[in-house]
Amino acid sequence: MAIKQHWWKALGVALVLYSIVMGFLGTVPALWVLHETIRNLYFHVTMWFAMMTMLTISLGYSIAYLRNFKREYDVIATEAANIAMLFGAIGIVTGMAWANFTWGEPWPNDPKLNGVAVGMLAYVAYFILRASIDEISKRGRIAAVYNIFAWVMFLVFVNALPRMADDSMHPGQAANPGFGALAPGMRTVFYPGVVGWILVGIWLLNIRKRSREIEYKLLQNELN
Amino acid sequence: MLKQIVNLIGKEFILEFRTKYALGAILLYAVSTVFICYLSFGTIDNKTTWNALFWIIELFAATNAVSKSFAGESKEVQLYTYTLASPGAVILSKIIYNIVLTIVLTLVTVLVYTILIGNPVVDMVLFIETAILGSAGFASVLTMVSAIASRTNGNLALMAILSIPLLIPILIIVIKLSLIAVSGMQLQDPTGFLVALAGLNVVTAALAYILFPYLWHE
Repeated sequence: MAIKQHWWKALGVALVLYSIVMGFLGTVPALWVLHETIRNLYFHVTMWFAMMTMLTISLGYSIAYLRNFKREYDVIATEAANIAMLFGAIGIVTGMAWANFTWGEPWPNDPKLNGVAVGMLAYVAYFILRASIDEISKRGRIAAVYNIFAWVMFLVFVNALPRMADDSMHPGQAANPGFGALAPGMRTVFYPGVVGWILVGIWLLNIRKRSREIEYKLLQNELN
Repeated sequence: MLKQIVNLIGKEFILEFRTKYALGAILLYAVSTVFICYLSFGTIDNKTTWNALFWIIELFAATNAVSKSFAGESKEVQLYTYTLASPGAVILSKIIYNIVLTIVLTLVTVLVYTILIGNPVVDMVLFIETAILGSAGFASVLTMVSAIASRTNGNLALMAILSIPLLIPILIIVIKLSLIAVSGMQLQDPTGFLVALAGLNVVTAALAYILFPYLWHE
């Protein structure tokens, strides 16, 4: 994460702001049931893209940690999972608000919802596992192994199972139309939003990682 | 490699036959849980309840059975094993042994459950297939998690916290399949689910095989 330039941070903020402003002001097709709530797509769905990216970054650094045991890689893997949980929490809240309007209740019994909830539980277990081991290098190694497991299971939860279950109300599942049916005018807001949130996530990761490094150095100074 | 696996599995079985500790303990656990259900429910008319109860018993019986597979060994015994065999052989032999143990446990539970509470299953072949594949899945996930949990500060409570989120995908598929078997209504073709379940088992075992070497070396 040794990116010294700052332009991408500005780009991330600009894209997020653009998607928020255009999300409220842009034209959207008038649809049955959805009406204006379709605008939530810009805020709800982007969260899952950002979350999945952060989880994959976390997976990548866990694999890298198992290859050469650099302490920084373990820090990045943890913090990426942390930020993914933040995105996931926002995704669940925006999704519940949306579901309340369109499906009539905040938590309908939908395989995608349940899958994400349990998938996030697996990551909570990951943090509990980390907290239960004191030795830094051992913690990194064992947590990395569990992280790889959790990522595979998360993919099974949010992608494979809802598709198999055949009764999900989410787009792209069962007989529902997927992203191919997205109106062209909405694509120019949605995809920049996705990129923006991912960049903001990487920025957050960068800050968290640096603050953890400072904490570590302070601890080292105290010990010496 | 293959010879090592066969020898290690043989070792597990010999140890088990000498002490009969694990098998006795888990059979007692499964039978007494079913008996408690029998005492409180009598017979169960609702098929969904019957199914749910069976898998709850099964889940915790399997967790109990497998959780001892690494924590039960002393550090010295583990070190000695690792000097003789490759880590891949160690984990695969443990997984295979636990699969056999869990399948035996499941079949006994099905039998006792059927005798005491009754058996509304229409498609018994599908139900047994599901039970065998499902318990193989439980065993492989739980073996890996017990390896992880044994590396922490000897905390068995961690076993449940770590394994239950990872077991739920298997449980979801298994409950769907056994509901089809219990109701006898083929609303969905069960073959796809069976293949998915077998696939999940293979993926779990492969991940365990790849990742286990990082767990044991200090």
